[in-house]
Amino acid sequence: MPDHAQQPLLSVRNVKVHFQVKNSNAWPWTPKKTLKAVDGVSFDLYPGETLGVVGESGCGKSTLSRAILNLIPATGGEIVWMGRDLRRGSDQDWLHVRKDIQMIFQDPLASLNPRMTVAQIIGEPLRVHRPELSADEVMKRVKAMMAKVGLREQMINRYPHEFSGGQCQRIGIARALILEPKLIICDEPVSALDVSIQAQIINLLKALQREMGLALIFIAHDLAVVKHISDRILVMYLGREMELAEKQALYARPSHPYTRALLSAIPIPDPRLEKNKQIQILQGDLPSPINPPSGCVFRTRCPQAQERCAQEVPVLKSLGGGTHSSCLLAQA
Amino acid sequence: MSLLKVRNLGVQFQTNDGIVSAVNGVNFELERGQTLGIVGESGSGKSQTVLALMGLLAKNGQTNGEALYKGQNLLSMSAKELNGIRGDRLSMIFQDPMTSLNPYLTVERQMTEVLELHKGMTRREAKKRAIELLEAVRIPEAARRIDMYPHEFSGGMRQRVMIAMALLCEPEVLIADEPTTALDVTVQAQILQLLKDLQRDFGTAIVMITHDLGVVAGLCEKVLVMYGGRVMEQGDADSLFYRASHPYTIGLLGALPRLDHDGSELVSIPGNPPNMAQPPKGCPFAERCSHVSNRCATELPPLMPAEHDGRVLRACHKSAHELIDIREVAHA
Repeated sequence: MPDHAQQPLLSVRNVKVHFQVKNSNAWPWTPKKTLKAVDGVSFDLYPGETLGVVGESGCGKSTLSRAILNLIPATGGEIVWMGRDLRRGSDQDWLHVRKDIQMIFQDPLASLNPRMTVAQIIGEPLRVHRPELSADEVMKRVKAMMAKVGLREQMINRYPHEFSGGQCQRIGIARALILEPKLIICDEPVSALDVSIQAQIINLLKALQREMGLALIFIAHDLAVVKHISDRILVMYLGREMELAEKQALYARPSHPYTRALLSAIPIPDPRLEKNKQIQILQGDLPSPINPPSGCVFRTRCPQAQERCAQEVPVLKSLGGGTHSSCLLAQA
Repeated sequence: MSLLKVRNLGVQFQTNDGIVSAVNGVNFELERGQTLGIVGESGSGKSQTVLALMGLLAKNGQTNGEALYKGQNLLSMSAKELNGIRGDRLSMIFQDPMTSLNPYLTVERQMTEVLELHKGMTRREAKKRAIELLEAVRIPEAARRIDMYPHEFSGGMRQRVMIAMALLCEPEVLIADEPTTALDVTVQAQILQLLKDLQRDFGTAIVMITHDLGVVAGLCEKVLVMYGGRVMEQGDADSLFYRASHPYTIGLLGALPRLDHDGSELVSIPGNPPNMAQPPKGCPFAERCSHVSNRCATELPPLMPAEHDGRVLRACHKSAHELIDIREVAHA
């Protein structure tokens, strides 16, 4: 269980990731446009805690996770890791930090080098970050980690293509865990897997988290999946934060209309409930992030939008009980 | 006479490793206005079942059994006869809306082609009808949008174009192969609502292939659960959801992350799906089943009416009463 009295492990303050994009049929001298993939996101993450980040494609959740690791440099804001601002850090600092922050990717097969064996893939972080370890020691740790994630030792010399999707994801988890990091960023780690395998991987991550005291940032497009793993949940839409709340509060009393729409859209595997439930269908499509709506970015599809939503840019405000909402109409 | 009656359908593929049996002994009937859900994980044979009906198997594929559309066997028809039916009376929506639309042709050309071929309409009449259909699937500014190319549409819009195209000739049977898997949940909700409305208005029978039991719960009256190329359990949706009697169905329901339960541990199904090139001799699910007995590994359980409900068919050696009891105890 996370301890909020402690110093946060990671503090993300008003992080922005803006891209300059060229208009395809513009003159060479016309100014480039700005695509705001992530626009002012802030949160704290405490040791041992799981933060679920949820939103639809194009909401900036993956870009945010990559900005935390500097895989895509943030263009504004602060990323404070254990009291140090990483955005001012050198490459050397980053190398150091990545020992403690590791990542698991969405596509299990594509994120493994097809020309390396399982032993090489899982052992590589050790060879980079712990060059003092002997080859025997590396092998010993690789084998121990394989056992931990549920891979048989006989598989150690096989190549990624010989494994199923679920097994490849286990290899990815082993690679992320071998350095005993403090934080793992999971970018949709189960969305490419079958339901029966999904449950295996979610349970594995939960067990490993308890055992090693890991903090997790768990990115998903589906609120049902994050419910089983998160302590707190951040809902994003078009690069902005919509709602940040404790799990129980978010599912019981969603404060933002977008969260409510997301929740009602998830099909419930129960014919009587599903056939009789009221779905709040969002009209229209996601607006272009190059040309976002004025004021609240969600207002063009929001069933409760009022005039002031077009004028005022909402900021995330506390509603008490750990719930933060960026809806102008939300009441504490 | 049933609209569509499939009897003992089998699909085999000739491969370098010998013959692979992808589908074995599938039976179902479909009446006007009904919806059948086919559920299973990747490699369970659910897509090959419907591709066989549409005559769209890969070159090395062969079929046996019967698939009667109003008494005519689709499997023994020549390509020419089949072309008179598919796209007209029987049509299909594919999973990936990007790769199943032709990127070189405008939406208008792709849609009018269908009507010119099946209905003998002129291009102008066909375009008028195509615009009507695009409006029916709620594409804004359909008259302008119809002259665009597929890449100019978003994922959800492309899927709606696919659905409009499949409905051009008002088919009697619509086969939807994971039509919402590639889409976000809010877009999925839009598309599912659309399918329900269209079914109500046109009385179309739908075969819905999906791995998402939530989608099945909302849309289907009859369900067929497949695993390893065989039917594990089939019956009406209510019996399958509320009194699942096959260990695989029970496992799938337990492994599903759901919103209506608290975020406790998911019940995962251990192991991985079988390799279809070397299918197990007995029950394909035996290796992962928690109720396995000696008999399961050697003897294939036949698909038979269940003891507790004659309308449900199940393929399991264990008695249904035993399994239903276990599940109710686990819930209490």
